[in-house]
Amino acid sequence: MIPAAFDYKRAESAAEAIALVGEYGEDAKFLAGGHSLLPLMKLRLAAPSVLVDIGRLSDLSYIRDAGDHIAIGALTRHMDVETSAMLKEHVPLLAHAAGHVGDPQVRHRGTIGGSIAHADSASDLPATTLALGATYVVQGASGTREIAAGDFYKGFLESDLGADEMLTEIRVPKMNGAGWSFQKFNRRAQDWAIVGVAAWSGNGGSGVGLVNMGSTPILASSVSAALASGASAADAAAQAVAEAEPQADLNASVEYRTHLAKVLVRRALEESGVA
Amino acid sequence: MQITVTVNGTAHTNDVEPRTLLVHHVREALGLTGTNVGCDTSSCGACSLHLNGEAVKSCTVLAVQADGQDITTIEGLAQDGVMHPMQTAFMENHGLQCGYCTPGMVMASISLLKENPNPTEEEVRIGLEGNLCRCTGYHNIVKSVLACASASK
Repeated sequence: MIPAAFDYKRAESAAEAIALVGEYGEDAKFLAGGHSLLPLMKLRLAAPSVLVDIGRLSDLSYIRDAGDHIAIGALTRHMDVETSAMLKEHVPLLAHAAGHVGDPQVRHRGTIGGSIAHADSASDLPATTLALGATYVVQGASGTREIAAGDFYKGFLESDLGADEMLTEIRVPKMNGAGWSFQKFNRRAQDWAIVGVAAWSGNGGSGVGLVNMGSTPILASSVSAALASGASAADAAAQAVAEAEPQADLNASVEYRTHLAKVLVRRALEESGVA
Repeated sequence: MQITVTVNGTAHTNDVEPRTLLVHHVREALGLTGTNVGCDTSSCGACSLHLNGEAVKSCTVLAVQADGQDITTIEGLAQDGVMHPMQTAFMENHGLQCGYCTPGMVMASISLLKENPNPTEEEVRIGLEGNLCRCTGYHNIVKSVLACASASK
């Protein structure tokens, strides 16, 4: 399988990349690691007429301590997120989840920014950063703005990113020792999650993100609300699908996904230290 | 577009269409057919080669993305007619049956040991999750990787 023909432009800076996409409009796409976009292009489900390669913007590959949060450059590869000592210490849930994306070869190429900008509800990192209350920084021709993860996901593979905007940084609050758990249920090692759960609890708060339980990654706010009012892990997990809109596919029916989500949320809460 | 890639130590400059996949460039333009195309959907790992020393799936990389980069394929492992220790380990432990997945398995295994020189059996199995063997010959593949790791101690 070979993608449809396109023009290839290699950007040397974020500003140049944004200018190029602005020039070519809706038909242009950013290419980072390519591990979400190229498979779609090979299947001809996507056929951009211009690819703007941002894969060499090494100044957007970093993991920095920014006080109350860790700032991660959008072009940081999954392998670098997975193995970062700083993230293992301050945001262990994200480092762990990054280690479950695809397989080692995919993690050598795929980037956290690419995964989030692709906005696939079946991907691990959108739901994980949503659970963690992350903020995404995007840059466009008219400047920079910050988008809360909770406001970012708009629909199936759709986000709040404008056509000429580029995701440049992911800011993830430090977990400060909160308990956490990542549950990924699939039938084969490297597959997408049939259902996945990223959860944390501690320091008077909690967050639960659901993978592949709707057209967008889902924040299970009702579970957190139940925990805040003193519910047990089992009782809170009963609320797991309150915000979800699971769909049936070859792997699972709606009923099966619903059951899985409740079981996995309970396990995740228990592993996070909720009684 | 003109690109230059260094493959197994030799620089090659070619004109490529931007949509050319790295695996096709390596096989068809450079004639190095040891890297196989399996699933063509970044699932099976048969097309694994090293890009700047790390295993990647070359069916999901554009040749233009590899411009100026360093590539090693299965053909580049043996030095002066002597096989790479991983190739020897696969041979001695019968780590292959039909052989189709083998180049990708060997490239992924070398990359795995570079990141984790002393893996447990479980870590080898997880580390090779991106490579499928349709003969289901995993047992001896894992044995080969563990043998290579202990031979290198």
